[in-house]
Amino acid sequence: MIPTLPRAGGAHLVVLRNLWVHKGGSPWTMALFSIFEPILYLLAIGVGIGGLVGDVPGVEVPYAVYVAPALLATAMMNSALEETGQSAYAKLAFDRFYHSLIVTPVTVTGAVTGEVLWGMLRALITGTGFLAVIAAFGLVQSPWILLAVPAGLLIGFAFGAASLTFTGYVRGWHDYQYMQLIMLPMFLFATTFYPVTVYPEPVQLLVEALPLYHAIELVRGLALGRLGPSLLLNAAYLIVFGTLFLTWARRRWGRLLTS
Amino acid sequence: MSEALIEATGLEKTYPARNRQGTPFRAVAGVAFRVHRGEAFGFLGPNGAGKSSTMRMLAGVSAPTAGTLRILGLDPVADGRRVRARLGVVPQDDSLDTQLTVEENLLVYGLYFGLSRRAVRTKAGELLAFARLEDKAGERVENLSGGMRRRLTIARALINDPEILLLDEPTTGLDPQARHVLWERLFRLKQDGVTLILTTHYMDEAEQLCDRLVVMDKGLIADGGSPRELIERHVTREVLELRFPPGEHEKIGRELGEQVEVLPDRLLWYADDGEQALARATELGIRPLTALVRRAGLEDVFLRLTGRSLTD
Repeated sequence: MIPTLPRAGGAHLVVLRNLWVHKGGSPWTMALFSIFEPILYLLAIGVGIGGLVGDVPGVEVPYAVYVAPALLATAMMNSALEETGQSAYAKLAFDRFYHSLIVTPVTVTGAVTGEVLWGMLRALITGTGFLAVIAAFGLVQSPWILLAVPAGLLIGFAFGAASLTFTGYVRGWHDYQYMQLIMLPMFLFATTFYPVTVYPEPVQLLVEALPLYHAIELVRGLALGRLGPSLLLNAAYLIVFGTLFLTWARRRWGRLLTS
Repeated sequence: MSEALIEATGLEKTYPARNRQGTPFRAVAGVAFRVHRGEAFGFLGPNGAGKSSTMRMLAGVSAPTAGTLRILGLDPVADGRRVRARLGVVPQDDSLDTQLTVEENLLVYGLYFGLSRRAVRTKAGELLAFARLEDKAGERVENLSGGMRRRLTIARALINDPEILLLDEPTTGLDPQARHVLWERLFRLKQDGVTLILTTHYMDEAEQLCDRLVVMDKGLIADGGSPRELIERHVTREVLELRFPPGEHEKIGRELGEQVEVLPDRLLWYADDGEQALARATELGIRPLTALVRRAGLEDVFLRLTGRSLTD
């Protein structure tokens, strides 16, 4: 008996396997854990400090409304990072999961694409959960916010692909501290908490080059209903960024698994 | 002669240098072999002989550096997925999915082969019985013993009804009971017509399981044939084992010449009649601590062919 080979290198089967692991209600537990941290930020900074700030100059919305979409974007980003970072590393280095995967008709490309897709799915679950929180806090300004979560899939794609590439080079757990070295400043300074206009021009250019800036711009633009062609540019940035890293990840993982 | 399922000629594998100072490492230095349908074929050799590298090429996850390799009439690199769909692979480390239960390991693995859920469910039931793990179906993998894990890994590799089963050191690290259970299961597979290819450095395993085997050393095939053929070709009918106090045996061994193999701890004297050899030793005034006559086996072939690299 020769079964038909799974399509797309079996990427969907990798997603299915990950879903299987989390069956029995744990996707919702996962979503709860993933939105716990952004809820704290929303309370402490959005609502707390927001009380002192009032409206954001130049944007003219209450501070919490301004911060919430950025927290939505970063929460979705973090979910994708979790799955394609340390979780993928554990499967690679300790379970040798991918080694036993690629002796089946699932290919390296299938495995890599599958993990990125899974990261996107996780981002989607987290995003849906946090959108509900934003609504519960009464911070919805525009019905366009409903599109913010699907748009966040691009965030999951871009950061998932980059983090899976990074995982392909990791020598041990401690290497993830280097990732933190990039991610934490990016989280704090890539317009999560204030507009890019607070920076002098050279710094503005630097911030505008960061992927998280485009992620936040995209989600915030939709959430506040401020639509414009620049949103397409933000989306295009994330697509190009993700595609480049996906190609890199495929090469790197190919070398790792099939040398 | 029956159909050749695997045909390798001039097969080589060289790994690139790890850094600029390093040199490329040639793990397999040109080997040729054929495996026929229904056979149990073994790669025997010390660690680092190139067995695992050869197995990775056979599994279609490592491209040969030179030479040709045909598996099931296909090129395992260009037709990798189609080849792998018809293979079963049992890696040296079990690499089971630790996040899944015993039964789920089988079910999910079956999906990777594009099998339908229903087909996988039926097959998983059969394989749990085959691996004698029915009462462990819902157990987490980490709660299994080493022998159970290895049986589960073999069951997993059978989910797609493979024509060829590749086993890399299938019983390394298992206790004697677990090994015997495993051999019995593998023997049954062979009876069912599955072609078995295994690597091992256990002689009893090779003698038990292999119809034919090749002895590998330093990336090359030193010789090949059935266990009986190899024994007849390389060693005498009997072996006299002599042990001496530390430090004495090497000098004595050198004096006795070609028919004696010097091991780190003893001398092996190859003779058609071991008792006669012992009488001769006594005549020469050799006084060993212990002397033992036994039939020659595959281990002696192994030592003759690869003996010198053992002392490295």
